[in-house]
Amino acid sequence: MPEALIKLEKVSKTYPGTQIPAVAELDLEIYKGEILVLVGPSGCGKSTTLRLINRMIEPTGGRIYFEGEDVTDVNPDQLRRKIGYVIQQIGLFPHRTIAENIATVPQLLGWDKAAIDARVDELIETVGLDPKIHRDRYPKELSGGQAQRVGVARAMGADPDVLLMDEPFGAVDPITRDRLQNEFLRLQQELHKTIVFVTHDIDEAIKMGDRIAILQEQSVIAQHDTPERILAHPKTKFVEDFLGSGATLKGLNLMRAGEVELDDVTTIQAPTSRDAVLKAIESSGGQWVLMLDEKGIPKRWLDRRSLDTTDSLDQAGKAVQVTVEPEDTLRDALEKMLQSAVGTACCVNPDGSYRGVVRVETLVALIDQLQTAERDRQAAMS
Amino acid sequence: MDGVRSLIDYMLSRVDEIITATGEHLWYVIATLVTATIISVSVGIWVRHRPFPREIALGIASVFLTLPSLALFVIFIPLTGLGFMPAYIALTMYAILPILRNTVTGLNGVSPAVLESARGMGLSNVQRLWKIELPLAWPVIVTGVRVSMLLTTGVASIAVLVGGGGLGDFILSGLRRLGLPNSFEAMWAGTLLIIALALVLDAIFIFIRRFTTSPGLR
Repeated sequence: MPEALIKLEKVSKTYPGTQIPAVAELDLEIYKGEILVLVGPSGCGKSTTLRLINRMIEPTGGRIYFEGEDVTDVNPDQLRRKIGYVIQQIGLFPHRTIAENIATVPQLLGWDKAAIDARVDELIETVGLDPKIHRDRYPKELSGGQAQRVGVARAMGADPDVLLMDEPFGAVDPITRDRLQNEFLRLQQELHKTIVFVTHDIDEAIKMGDRIAILQEQSVIAQHDTPERILAHPKTKFVEDFLGSGATLKGLNLMRAGEVELDDVTTIQAPTSRDAVLKAIESSGGQWVLMLDEKGIPKRWLDRRSLDTTDSLDQAGKAVQVTVEPEDTLRDALEKMLQSAVGTACCVNPDGSYRGVVRVETLVALIDQLQTAERDRQAAMS
Repeated sequence: MDGVRSLIDYMLSRVDEIITATGEHLWYVIATLVTATIISVSVGIWVRHRPFPREIALGIASVFLTLPSLALFVIFIPLTGLGFMPAYIALTMYAILPILRNTVTGLNGVSPAVLESARGMGLSNVQRLWKIELPLAWPVIVTGVRVSMLLTTGVASIAVLVGGGGLGDFILSGLRRLGLPNSFEAMWAGTLLIIALALVLDAIFIFIRRFTTSPGLR
Protein backbone atom coordinates (compact mmCIF):
# COMPACT_ATOMS: atom_id res chain seq x y z
CA MET A 1 0.00 0.00 0.00
CA PRO A 2 1.53 3.32 -0.99
CA GLU A 3 1.93 6.00 1.62
CA ALA A 4 -0.89 8.55 1.88
CA LEU A 5 0.64 12.02 1.88
CA ILE A 6 -2.65 13.80 2.28
CA LYS A 7 -5.64 12.31 3.97
CA LEU A 8 -9.12 13.75 4.27
CA GLU A 9 -11.24 12.15 6.96
CA LYS A 10 -14.98 12.77 6.89
CA VAL A 11 -14.38 16.31 5.69
CA SER A 12 -17.53 18.39 5.23
CA LYS A 13 -18.31 21.89 4.15
CA THR A 14 -21.66 23.50 4.68
CA TYR A 15 -21.87 27.13 3.70
CA PRO A 16 -23.55 29.47 6.17
CA GLY A 17 -27.22 29.90 5.40
CA THR A 18 -27.56 26.62 3.53
CA GLN A 19 -28.87 23.29 4.71
CA ILE A 20 -27.31 20.99 2.13
CA PRO A 21 -23.57 20.54 2.48
CA ALA A 22 -21.39 21.37 -0.56
CA VAL A 23 -19.08 18.56 0.50
CA ALA A 24 -20.45 15.80 2.68
CA GLU A 25 -18.22 13.57 4.84
CA LEU A 26 -15.55 13.04 2.21
CA ASP A 27 -12.84 10.45 2.79
CA LEU A 28 -9.92 10.73 0.40
CA GLU A 29 -6.33 9.56 0.43
CA ILE A 30 -3.75 11.04 -1.88
CA TYR A 31 -0.62 8.95 -2.30
CA LYS A 32 2.88 10.28 -2.48
CA GLY A 33 4.01 10.93 -6.05
CA GLU A 34 0.70 10.33 -7.80
CA ILE A 35 -1.48 12.56 -9.93
CA LEU A 36 -4.97 12.26 -8.52
CA VAL A 37 -7.59 13.80 -10.77
CA LEU A 38 -10.88 14.99 -9.31
CA VAL A 39 -13.36 15.01 -12.13
CA GLY A 40 -17.09 15.54 -12.23
CA PRO A 41 -19.88 17.64 -13.66
CA SER A 42 -19.95 21.31 -12.73
CA GLY A 43 -21.35 21.96 -9.31
CA CYS A 44 -20.26 18.61 -7.91
CA GLY A 45 -17.92 20.29 -5.45
CA LYS A 46 -14.60 19.23 -6.97
CA SER A 47 -13.07 22.71 -6.71
CA THR A 48 -14.43 23.06 -3.20
CA THR A 49 -12.81 19.75 -2.32
CA LEU A 50 -9.47 20.91 -3.71
CA ARG A 51 -9.69 24.17 -1.82
CA LEU A 52 -10.43 22.35 1.41
CA ILE A 53 -7.01 20.70 1.20
CA ASN A 54 -5.07 23.96 1.56
CA ARG A 55 -7.92 25.41 3.59
CA MET A 56 -8.74 28.19 1.15
CA ILE A 57 -12.14 27.03 2.31
CA GLU A 58 -12.34 26.09 5.95
CA PRO A 59 -14.02 22.74 6.51
CA THR A 60 -16.99 22.66 8.85
CA GLY A 61 -16.31 19.10 9.87
CA GLY A 62 -13.74 16.31 9.68
CA ARG A 63 -9.96 16.29 9.80
CA ILE A 64 -7.24 16.96 7.22
CA TYR A 65 -3.87 15.26 7.54
CA PHE A 66 -0.75 16.39 5.69
CA GLU A 67 2.37 14.22 5.97
CA GLY A 68 0.75 12.43 8.86
CA GLU A 69 0.16 15.63 10.80
CA ASP A 70 -3.30 16.97 11.59
CA VAL A 71 -3.39 20.36 9.84
CA THR A 72 -7.07 21.10 10.35
CA ASP A 73 -6.25 23.82 12.87
CA VAL A 74 -2.72 25.01 12.05
CA ASN A 75 -2.10 28.51 10.68
CA PRO A 76 -3.43 28.28 7.10
CA ASP A 77 -0.83 30.70 5.70
CA GLN A 78 2.00 28.49 6.94
CA LEU A 79 0.27 25.44 5.47
CA ARG A 80 -0.25 27.07 2.07
CA ARG A 81 3.43 27.95 1.74
CA LYS A 82 4.14 24.21 1.72
CA ILE A 83 1.54 23.45 -0.97
CA GLY A 84 1.76 24.73 -4.53
CA TYR A 85 -1.48 26.14 -5.90
CA VAL A 86 -2.37 26.76 -9.54
CA ILE A 87 -5.72 28.13 -10.67
CA GLN A 88 -7.27 28.42 -14.10
CA GLN A 89 -7.04 32.22 -14.23
CA ILE A 90 -3.40 31.90 -13.02
CA GLY A 91 -3.49 35.23 -11.16
CA LEU A 92 0.09 36.29 -11.81
CA PHE A 93 0.92 39.54 -10.02
CA PRO A 94 0.84 42.11 -12.84
CA HIS A 95 3.08 44.61 -11.03
CA ARG A 96 5.86 42.11 -10.51
CA THR A 97 8.29 40.62 -13.00
CA ILE A 98 8.24 36.92 -13.82
CA ALA A 99 11.23 36.41 -11.53
CA GLU A 100 9.53 38.27 -8.68
CA ASN A 101 6.35 36.29 -9.19
CA ILE A 102 8.20 33.00 -8.98
CA ALA A 103 10.18 34.21 -5.96
CA THR A 104 7.01 34.90 -3.96
CA VAL A 105 6.98 31.88 -1.68
CA PRO A 106 10.77 31.57 -1.28
CA GLN A 107 10.74 35.20 -0.15
CA LEU A 108 7.96 34.54 2.33
CA LEU A 109 10.02 31.66 3.68
CA GLY A 110 13.04 33.94 4.03
CA TRP A 111 15.44 32.29 1.58
CA ASP A 112 18.57 34.31 0.89
CA LYS A 113 18.81 36.24 -2.34
CA ALA A 114 21.36 34.05 -4.10
CA ALA A 115 19.33 30.92 -3.45
CA ILE A 116 16.17 32.62 -4.71
CA ASP A 117 17.89 33.85 -7.89
CA ALA A 118 19.25 30.41 -8.68
CA ARG A 119 15.89 28.78 -7.99
CA VAL A 120 14.05 31.29 -10.19
CA ASP A 121 16.34 30.67 -13.17
CA GLU A 122 16.10 26.93 -12.68
CA LEU A 123 12.30 27.04 -12.61
CA ILE A 124 11.98 29.31 -15.65
CA GLU A 125 14.04 26.76 -17.55
CA THR A 126 12.13 23.84 -16.08
CA VAL A 127 8.88 25.10 -17.56
CA GLY A 128 10.49 25.63 -20.94
CA LEU A 129 11.12 29.37 -20.96
CA ASP A 130 14.41 31.23 -21.26
CA PRO A 131 15.60 33.02 -18.10
CA LYS A 132 17.58 35.51 -20.17
CA ILE A 133 14.48 36.57 -22.07
CA HIS A 134 11.67 36.13 -19.59
CA ARG A 135 13.16 36.78 -16.16
CA ASP A 136 12.53 40.52 -16.13
CA ARG A 137 9.39 40.57 -18.24
CA TYR A 138 6.02 41.47 -16.80
CA PRO A 139 2.99 39.16 -16.99
CA LYS A 140 1.23 41.36 -19.55
CA GLU A 141 4.02 40.60 -22.02
CA LEU A 142 3.36 36.85 -21.93
CA SER A 143 1.11 34.74 -24.12
CA GLY A 144 -1.57 32.62 -22.46
CA GLY A 145 0.55 29.49 -22.62
CA GLN A 146 3.62 31.24 -21.25
CA ALA A 147 1.63 32.76 -18.41
CA GLN A 148 0.30 29.32 -17.53
CA ARG A 149 3.87 27.95 -17.47
CA VAL A 150 4.94 30.77 -15.17
CA GLY A 151 1.95 30.00 -12.97
CA VAL A 152 3.18 26.42 -12.61
CA ALA A 153 6.75 27.63 -11.98
CA ARG A 154 5.50 30.00 -9.30
CA ALA A 155 3.57 27.23 -7.59
CA MET A 156 6.76 25.17 -7.48
CA GLY A 157 8.76 28.14 -6.15
CA ALA A 158 9.78 26.68 -2.83
CA ASP A 159 9.80 23.10 -4.13
CA PRO A 160 6.63 21.95 -2.38
CA ASP A 161 5.89 18.23 -2.33
CA VAL A 162 2.29 18.85 -3.22
CA LEU A 163 0.66 20.78 -6.05
CA LEU A 164 -3.03 21.59 -6.16
CA MET A 165 -4.19 22.44 -9.66
CA ASP A 166 -7.68 23.74 -10.35
CA GLU A 167 -8.42 23.36 -14.08
CA PRO A 168 -4.91 24.65 -14.77
CA PHE A 169 -5.09 24.26 -18.53
CA GLY A 170 -8.73 25.20 -18.92
CA ALA A 171 -8.27 28.71 -20.27
CA VAL A 172 -5.89 28.08 -23.16
CA ASP A 173 -6.58 26.97 -26.71
CA PRO A 174 -6.69 23.21 -27.41
CA ILE A 175 -3.29 23.01 -29.10
CA THR A 176 -1.54 24.92 -26.32
CA ARG A 177 -3.43 22.88 -23.72
CA ASP A 178 -2.20 19.69 -25.30
CA ARG A 179 1.40 20.91 -25.26
CA LEU A 180 1.15 22.09 -21.66
CA GLN A 181 -0.28 18.73 -20.63
CA ASN A 182 2.59 16.91 -22.34
CA GLU A 183 5.20 19.17 -20.83
CA PHE A 184 3.65 18.75 -17.46
CA LEU A 185 3.65 14.97 -17.72
CA ARG A 186 7.33 15.03 -18.72
CA LEU A 187 8.07 17.30 -15.79
CA GLN A 188 6.24 15.01 -13.41
CA GLN A 189 8.35 12.06 -14.51
CA GLU A 190 11.39 13.90 -13.16
CA LEU A 191 9.87 15.59 -10.16
CA HIS A 192 7.44 13.02 -8.73
CA LYS A 193 5.30 15.63 -7.04
CA THR A 194 2.07 14.68 -5.40
CA ILE A 195 -0.60 16.36 -7.47
CA VAL A 196 -4.30 16.88 -7.04
CA PHE A 197 -5.74 17.99 -10.33
CA VAL A 198 -9.28 19.22 -10.89
CA THR A 199 -10.96 19.12 -14.29
CA HIS A 200 -14.41 18.72 -15.76
CA ASP A 201 -12.96 17.08 -18.88
CA ILE A 202 -12.93 13.28 -18.69
CA ASP A 203 -10.42 13.03 -21.53
CA GLU A 204 -7.99 15.26 -19.66
CA ALA A 205 -8.62 13.24 -16.52
CA ILE A 206 -7.77 9.98 -18.29
CA LYS A 207 -4.68 11.49 -19.84
CA MET A 208 -3.29 13.14 -16.72
CA GLY A 209 -4.41 10.90 -13.91
CA ASP A 210 -2.60 8.02 -12.24
CA ARG A 211 -5.86 7.66 -10.39
CA ILE A 212 -9.17 9.36 -10.97
CA ALA A 213 -11.89 10.16 -8.50
CA ILE A 214 -15.20 10.72 -10.23
CA LEU A 215 -17.31 12.95 -8.05
CA GLN A 216 -21.05 13.40 -8.06
CA GLU A 217 -23.10 15.91 -6.12
CA GLN A 218 -21.81 16.95 -2.71
CA SER A 219 -18.43 15.53 -3.67
CA VAL A 220 -19.60 11.98 -3.11
CA ILE A 221 -17.04 9.74 -4.77
CA ALA A 222 -18.78 7.68 -7.41
CA GLN A 223 -15.64 5.77 -8.30
CA HIS A 224 -12.00 6.14 -7.35
CA ASP A 225 -9.57 4.05 -9.34
CA THR A 226 -7.04 3.99 -12.15
CA PRO A 227 -8.27 5.27 -15.52
CA GLU A 228 -7.93 1.79 -17.01
CA ARG A 229 -10.15 0.16 -14.44
CA ILE A 230 -12.72 2.93 -14.47
CA LEU A 231 -13.04 2.64 -18.25
CA ALA A 232 -13.20 -1.11 -18.12
CA HIS A 233 -15.51 -1.40 -15.14
CA PRO A 234 -17.64 1.65 -14.50
CA LYS A 235 -19.14 0.99 -11.08
CA THR A 236 -22.42 2.86 -11.31
CA LYS A 237 -24.83 4.24 -13.85
CA PHE A 238 -23.57 7.73 -12.96
CA VAL A 239 -20.00 6.85 -13.87
CA GLU A 240 -21.11 5.22 -17.08
CA ASP A 241 -23.12 8.30 -18.04
CA PHE A 242 -20.28 10.58 -17.13
CA LEU A 243 -17.81 8.62 -19.23
CA GLY A 244 -20.30 9.05 -22.01
CA SER A 245 -20.52 7.14 -25.21
CA GLY A 246 -17.50 6.25 -27.23
CA ALA A 247 -15.74 4.08 -24.68
CA THR A 248 -13.48 2.92 -27.50
CA LEU A 249 -12.46 6.47 -28.21
CA LYS A 250 -11.86 6.99 -24.49
CA GLY A 251 -9.74 3.86 -24.55
CA LEU A 252 -7.44 5.62 -26.97
CA ASN A 253 -6.74 8.04 -24.13
CA LEU A 254 -5.08 5.27 -22.19
CA MET A 255 -2.35 4.69 -24.72
CA ARG A 256 0.35 7.16 -25.53
CA ALA A 257 1.97 7.81 -28.86
CA GLY A 258 5.32 6.98 -27.28
CA GLU A 259 4.06 3.49 -26.49
CA VAL A 260 2.94 2.33 -29.92
CA GLU A 261 5.14 1.22 -32.73
CA LEU A 262 5.77 4.15 -35.01
CA ASP A 263 6.03 3.88 -38.75
CA ASP A 264 8.72 5.44 -40.80
CA VAL A 265 8.45 7.62 -43.88
CA THR A 266 11.15 8.76 -46.22
CA THR A 267 12.67 11.92 -44.82
CA ILE A 268 15.01 14.38 -46.33
CA GLN A 269 16.92 16.95 -44.37
CA ALA A 270 17.42 20.58 -45.34
CA PRO A 271 19.42 22.06 -46.92
CA THR A 272 18.51 20.02 -49.92
CA SER A 273 17.78 20.40 -53.59
CA ARG A 274 14.81 19.81 -55.81
CA ASP A 275 16.59 16.94 -57.48
CA ALA A 276 17.37 15.23 -54.22
CA VAL A 277 13.73 15.51 -53.20
CA LEU A 278 12.61 14.08 -56.51
CA LYS A 279 14.98 11.17 -56.07
CA ALA A 280 13.65 10.57 -52.57
CA ILE A 281 10.07 10.58 -53.85
CA GLU A 282 11.14 8.14 -56.56
CA SER A 283 12.74 5.76 -54.09
CA SER A 284 9.72 5.89 -51.78
CA GLY A 285 7.53 4.76 -54.60
CA GLY A 286 5.79 8.07 -55.21
CA GLN A 287 4.68 8.58 -51.62
CA TRP A 288 4.77 11.79 -49.63
CA VAL A 289 8.22 12.50 -48.26
CA LEU A 290 8.86 14.55 -45.15
CA MET A 291 11.27 17.45 -45.29
CA LEU A 292 13.10 18.21 -42.05
CA ASP A 293 14.93 21.41 -41.27
CA GLU A 294 18.59 21.55 -40.16
CA LYS A 295 17.64 20.61 -36.59
CA GLY A 296 15.62 17.62 -37.75
CA ILE A 297 12.28 19.28 -37.08
CA PRO A 298 9.53 18.22 -39.54
CA LYS A 299 8.61 21.12 -41.82
CA ARG A 300 6.79 20.11 -44.99
CA TRP A 301 5.22 17.15 -46.75
CA LEU A 302 6.28 16.94 -50.38
CA ASP A 303 5.13 14.87 -53.33
CA ARG A 304 5.93 15.03 -56.99
CA ARG A 305 2.94 17.12 -57.92
CA SER A 306 3.68 19.73 -55.31
CA LEU A 307 7.10 20.26 -56.86
CA ASP A 308 5.55 21.06 -60.21
CA THR A 309 3.71 24.08 -58.96
CA THR A 310 6.57 25.99 -57.37
CA ASP A 311 10.35 26.15 -57.42
CA SER A 312 10.79 27.03 -53.77
CA LEU A 313 11.04 24.01 -51.53
CA ASP A 314 9.93 26.21 -48.63
CA GLN A 315 6.58 26.69 -50.26
CA ALA A 316 6.00 23.42 -52.01
CA GLY A 317 3.70 20.77 -50.62
CA LYS A 318 1.93 21.00 -47.30
CA ALA A 319 3.26 22.50 -44.10
CA VAL A 320 3.44 20.28 -41.01
CA GLN A 321 1.19 22.25 -38.71
CA VAL A 322 0.64 19.94 -35.77
CA THR A 323 2.90 17.30 -34.36
CA VAL A 324 2.33 14.51 -31.87
CA GLU A 325 4.52 14.25 -28.79
CA PRO A 326 5.29 10.95 -27.03
CA GLU A 327 3.08 12.00 -24.09
CA ASP A 328 0.11 12.61 -26.35
CA THR A 329 -2.60 10.04 -26.06
CA LEU A 330 -3.63 8.15 -29.17
CA ARG A 331 -6.83 10.12 -29.07
CA ASP A 332 -4.79 13.34 -29.36
CA ALA A 333 -2.90 11.66 -32.19
CA LEU A 334 -6.15 10.82 -33.94
CA GLU A 335 -7.34 14.40 -33.70
CA LYS A 336 -4.06 15.67 -35.08
CA MET A 337 -4.14 13.13 -37.83
CA LEU A 338 -7.49 14.48 -38.93
CA GLN A 339 -6.00 17.97 -39.00
CA SER A 340 -2.97 16.84 -40.92
CA ALA A 341 -2.93 17.53 -44.62
CA VAL A 342 -1.77 14.03 -45.51
CA GLY A 343 -3.69 11.94 -42.95
CA THR A 344 -0.55 10.95 -41.11
CA ALA A 345 0.58 12.42 -37.83
CA CYS A 346 4.23 13.27 -37.29
CA CYS A 347 5.52 12.17 -33.92
CA VAL A 348 8.37 14.26 -32.56
CA ASN A 349 10.77 14.02 -29.65
CA PRO A 350 10.52 16.58 -26.83
CA ASP A 351 13.07 18.77 -28.63
CA GLY A 352 10.83 18.81 -31.71
CA SER A 353 12.95 16.50 -33.86
CA TYR A 354 11.42 13.78 -36.04
CA ARG A 355 10.69 10.48 -34.33
CA GLY A 356 8.31 8.65 -36.62
CA VAL A 357 4.76 8.78 -37.87
CA VAL A 358 1.46 7.41 -36.65
CA ARG A 359 -0.68 6.14 -39.51
CA VAL A 360 -4.43 5.82 -39.59
CA GLU A 361 -3.98 2.09 -40.18
CA THR A 362 -2.18 1.70 -36.86
CA LEU A 363 -5.03 3.37 -35.03
CA VAL A 364 -7.67 1.40 -36.86
CA ALA A 365 -5.95 -1.84 -35.86
CA LEU A 366 -5.82 -0.71 -32.25
CA ILE A 367 -9.44 0.39 -32.25
CA ASP A 368 -10.30 -3.04 -33.61
CA GLN A 369 -8.51 -4.68 -30.71
CA LEU A 370 -10.24 -2.41 -28.22
CA GLN A 371 -13.64 -3.15 -29.67
CA THR A 372 -13.02 -6.87 -29.62
CA ALA A 373 -11.96 -6.61 -25.99
CA GLU A 374 -15.05 -4.53 -25.22
CA ARG A 375 -17.33 -7.12 -26.89
CA ASP A 376 -15.63 -9.96 -25.02
CA ARG A 377 -16.10 -8.08 -21.77
CA GLN A 378 -19.76 -7.49 -22.39
CA ALA A 379 -20.23 -11.08 -23.47
CA ALA A 380 -18.54 -12.23 -20.28
CA MET A 381 -20.78 -9.99 -18.18
CA SER A 382 -24.05 -11.12 -19.67
CA MET B 1 0.14 95.70 -23.42
CA ASP B 2 0.10 98.37 -20.78
CA GLY B 3 -1.93 96.06 -18.62
CA VAL B 4 0.65 93.30 -18.91
CA ARG B 5 3.51 95.69 -18.18
CA SER B 6 1.83 97.11 -15.12
CA LEU B 7 1.05 93.57 -13.92
CA ILE B 8 4.71 92.64 -14.29
CA ASP B 9 5.79 95.82 -12.51
CA TYR B 10 3.32 95.09 -9.75
CA MET B 11 4.64 91.59 -9.25
CA LEU B 12 8.31 92.62 -9.47
CA SER B 13 7.80 95.20 -6.78
CA ARG B 14 6.29 92.62 -4.45
CA VAL B 15 8.56 89.58 -4.84
CA ASP B 16 8.88 89.14 -1.09
CA GLU B 17 5.13 89.20 -0.56
CA ILE B 18 4.65 86.77 -3.42
CA ILE B 19 7.18 84.31 -2.01
CA THR B 20 5.58 84.45 1.44
CA ALA B 21 2.06 84.03 0.08
CA THR B 22 3.09 81.19 -2.26
CA GLY B 23 4.79 79.46 0.65
CA GLU B 24 1.65 79.75 2.76
CA HIS B 25 -0.48 78.52 -0.10
CA LEU B 26 1.83 75.59 -0.75
CA TRP B 27 1.83 74.72 2.90
CA TYR B 28 -1.98 74.51 2.84
CA VAL B 29 -1.89 72.19 -0.12
CA ILE B 30 0.78 69.91 1.31
CA ALA B 31 -0.67 69.73 4.85
CA THR B 32 -4.15 69.10 3.45
CA LEU B 33 -3.08 66.42 1.01
CA VAL B 34 -1.00 64.54 3.54
CA THR B 35 -3.85 64.55 6.08
CA ALA B 36 -6.56 63.75 3.55
CA THR B 37 -4.50 60.95 1.99
CA ILE B 38 -3.87 59.31 5.34
CA ILE B 39 -7.54 59.55 6.28
CA SER B 40 -8.89 58.49 2.89
CA VAL B 41 -6.53 55.58 2.27
CA SER B 42 -7.07 54.24 5.79
CA VAL B 43 -10.83 54.48 5.47
CA GLY B 44 -10.66 53.10 1.92
CA ILE B 45 -8.71 50.06 3.11
CA TRP B 46 -11.16 49.46 5.92
CA VAL B 47 -14.28 49.69 3.75
CA ARG B 48 -12.94 47.91 0.66
CA HIS B 49 -14.72 44.65 1.36
CA ARG B 50 -17.57 46.16 3.39
CA PRO B 51 -20.22 47.47 1.01
CA PHE B 52 -22.41 49.18 3.59
CA PRO B 53 -19.73 51.19 5.44
CA ARG B 54 -18.25 51.97 2.02
CA GLU B 55 -21.42 53.67 0.81
CA ILE B 56 -21.68 55.60 4.08
CA ALA B 57 -18.08 56.79 3.91
CA LEU B 58 -18.44 57.86 0.28
CA GLY B 59 -21.76 59.53 1.12
CA ILE B 60 -20.25 61.58 3.92
CA ALA B 61 -17.29 62.57 1.79
CA SER B 62 -19.69 63.66 -0.97
CA VAL B 63 -21.63 65.80 1.47
CA PHE B 64 -18.37 67.52 2.50
CA LEU B 65 -17.75 68.44 -1.10
CA THR B 66 -21.21 69.91 -1.62
CA LEU B 67 -21.02 72.23 1.39
CA PRO B 68 -20.52 75.83 0.23
CA SER B 69 -16.87 76.62 0.75
CA LEU B 70 -17.41 79.99 2.33
CA ALA B 71 -19.64 78.48 5.01
CA LEU B 72 -17.30 75.58 5.65
CA PHE B 73 -14.34 77.90 6.21
CA VAL B 74 -16.27 80.00 8.70
CA ILE B 75 -17.97 77.17 10.60
CA PHE B 76 -14.81 76.12 12.45
CA ILE B 77 -13.77 79.59 13.65
CA PRO B 78 -15.63 79.28 16.99
CA LEU B 79 -13.68 76.06 17.67
CA THR B 80 -10.26 76.95 16.32
CA GLY B 81 -10.06 80.72 16.12
CA LEU B 82 -8.87 82.53 13.03
CA GLY B 83 -5.83 81.63 10.95
CA PHE B 84 -4.46 78.37 9.59
CA MET B 85 -6.64 75.85 11.42
CA PRO B 86 -10.16 76.55 10.12
CA ALA B 87 -8.89 76.69 6.54
CA TYR B 88 -6.83 73.54 6.98
CA ILE B 89 -9.80 71.59 8.35
CA ALA B 90 -12.15 72.79 5.62
CA LEU B 91 -9.66 72.01 2.85
CA THR B 92 -9.02 68.55 4.23
CA MET B 93 -12.73 67.82 4.20
CA TYR B 94 -12.88 68.85 0.56
CA ALA B 95 -9.86 66.78 -0.39
CA ILE B 96 -11.18 63.53 1.03
CA LEU B 97 -13.72 62.51 -1.61
CA PRO B 98 -11.48 62.21 -4.69
CA ILE B 99 -8.82 60.28 -2.79
CA LEU B 100 -11.31 58.05 -0.98
CA ARG B 101 -13.26 57.26 -4.10
CA ASN B 102 -10.13 56.41 -6.06
CA THR B 103 -8.74 54.32 -3.22
CA VAL B 104 -11.93 52.28 -3.13
CA THR B 105 -12.04 51.99 -6.93
CA GLY B 106 -8.38 51.01 -7.10
CA LEU B 107 -8.58 48.40 -4.35
CA ASN B 108 -11.80 46.91 -5.68
CA GLY B 109 -10.26 46.76 -9.14
CA VAL B 110 -7.67 44.20 -8.07
CA SER B 111 -8.46 40.97 -9.92
CA PRO B 112 -10.02 38.25 -7.73
CA ALA B 113 -7.71 35.71 -9.39
CA VAL B 114 -4.67 37.68 -8.21
CA LEU B 115 -6.00 37.78 -4.66
CA GLU B 116 -6.92 34.11 -4.78
CA SER B 117 -3.48 33.06 -5.94
CA ALA B 118 -1.82 35.34 -3.38
CA ARG B 119 -3.87 33.78 -0.61
CA GLY B 120 -3.17 30.31 -1.99
CA MET B 121 0.57 30.94 -1.75
CA GLY B 122 0.30 31.83 1.91
CA LEU B 123 0.39 35.62 1.92
CA SER B 124 -1.34 36.82 5.09
CA ASN B 125 -4.03 39.51 4.99
CA VAL B 126 -1.52 42.22 5.84
CA GLN B 127 1.02 40.95 3.30
CA ARG B 128 -1.63 40.85 0.61
CA LEU B 129 -2.58 44.43 1.37
CA TRP B 130 0.97 45.79 1.28
CA LYS B 131 2.50 43.62 -1.40
CA ILE B 132 -0.42 43.17 -3.77
CA GLU B 133 -3.48 45.35 -3.25
CA LEU B 134 -1.90 48.72 -2.51
CA PRO B 135 0.76 48.50 -5.25
CA LEU B 136 -1.90 47.53 -7.77
CA ALA B 137 -4.28 50.30 -6.64
CA TRP B 138 -1.47 52.83 -6.37
CA PRO B 139 -1.77 54.51 -9.80
CA VAL B 140 -5.47 55.07 -9.22
CA ILE B 141 -4.90 56.41 -5.69
CA VAL B 142 -2.23 58.84 -6.92
CA THR B 143 -4.66 60.10 -9.53
CA GLY B 144 -7.16 60.78 -6.75
CA VAL B 145 -4.55 62.71 -4.78
CA ARG B 146 -3.79 64.70 -7.91
CA VAL B 147 -7.43 65.69 -8.34
CA SER B 148 -7.55 66.71 -4.69
CA MET B 149 -4.38 68.72 -5.17
CA LEU B 150 -5.95 70.75 -7.98
CA LEU B 151 -9.10 71.26 -5.93
CA THR B 152 -7.17 72.32 -2.84
CA THR B 153 -4.91 74.68 -4.73
CA GLY B 154 -7.95 76.52 -6.06
CA VAL B 155 -10.09 76.53 -2.94
CA ALA B 156 -7.17 77.51 -0.68
CA SER B 157 -7.49 81.04 -2.07
CA ILE B 158 -10.48 81.47 0.22
CA ALA B 159 -8.29 80.84 3.28
CA VAL B 160 -7.54 84.53 3.43
CA LEU B 161 -11.13 85.18 4.54
CA VAL B 162 -10.50 83.37 7.80
CA GLY B 163 -7.15 85.09 8.23
CA GLY B 164 -5.12 82.24 6.85
CA GLY B 165 -3.10 84.06 4.18
CA GLY B 166 -1.97 82.42 0.96
CA LEU B 167 -2.21 83.64 -2.60
CA GLY B 168 -5.88 84.54 -2.02
CA ASP B 169 -4.50 87.64 -0.24
CA PHE B 170 -3.81 89.31 -3.57
CA ILE B 171 -7.26 88.57 -4.94
CA LEU B 172 -9.00 89.79 -1.82
CA SER B 173 -6.98 92.98 -1.56
CA GLY B 174 -7.69 93.67 -5.21
CA LEU B 175 -11.41 93.11 -4.67
CA ARG B 176 -11.49 95.44 -1.68
CA ARG B 177 -9.88 98.26 -3.59
CA LEU B 178 -11.79 97.68 -6.82
CA GLY B 179 -11.29 100.63 -9.16
CA LEU B 180 -8.33 102.00 -7.25
CA PRO B 181 -4.79 101.79 -8.66
CA ASN B 182 -3.30 98.28 -8.81
CA SER B 183 -6.56 96.53 -7.87
CA PHE B 184 -6.75 94.60 -11.13
CA GLU B 185 -3.06 93.86 -11.05
CA ALA B 186 -3.43 92.37 -7.57
CA MET B 187 -6.32 90.12 -8.62
CA TRP B 188 -4.56 89.00 -11.78
CA ALA B 189 -1.34 88.34 -9.92
CA GLY B 190 -3.15 86.16 -7.37
CA THR B 191 -5.08 84.23 -10.01
CA LEU B 192 -2.10 83.63 -12.29
CA LEU B 193 0.13 82.55 -9.44
CA ILE B 194 -2.47 80.03 -8.28
CA ILE B 195 -2.73 78.64 -11.80
CA ALA B 196 1.05 78.47 -12.09
CA LEU B 197 1.33 76.71 -8.75
CA ALA B 198 -1.33 74.18 -9.79
CA LEU B 199 0.48 73.47 -13.07
CA VAL B 200 3.82 72.95 -11.35
CA LEU B 201 2.29 70.65 -8.75
CA ASP B 202 0.43 68.78 -11.47
CA ALA B 203 3.66 68.18 -13.35
CA ILE B 204 5.23 66.89 -10.15
CA PHE B 205 2.32 64.48 -9.70
CA ILE B 206 2.59 63.14 -13.21
CA PHE B 207 6.25 62.55 -12.48
CA ILE B 208 5.54 60.83 -9.16
CA ARG B 209 2.89 58.63 -10.68
CA ARG B 210 5.13 57.59 -13.48
CA PHE B 211 8.11 56.69 -11.32
CA THR B 212 6.23 54.98 -8.52
CA THR B 213 4.09 52.77 -10.75
CA SER B 214 5.37 49.35 -11.74
CA PRO B 215 6.21 49.09 -15.47
CA GLY B 216 3.99 46.03 -15.46
CA LEU B 217 0.96 48.27 -14.90
CA ARG B 218 1.70 50.88 -17.52
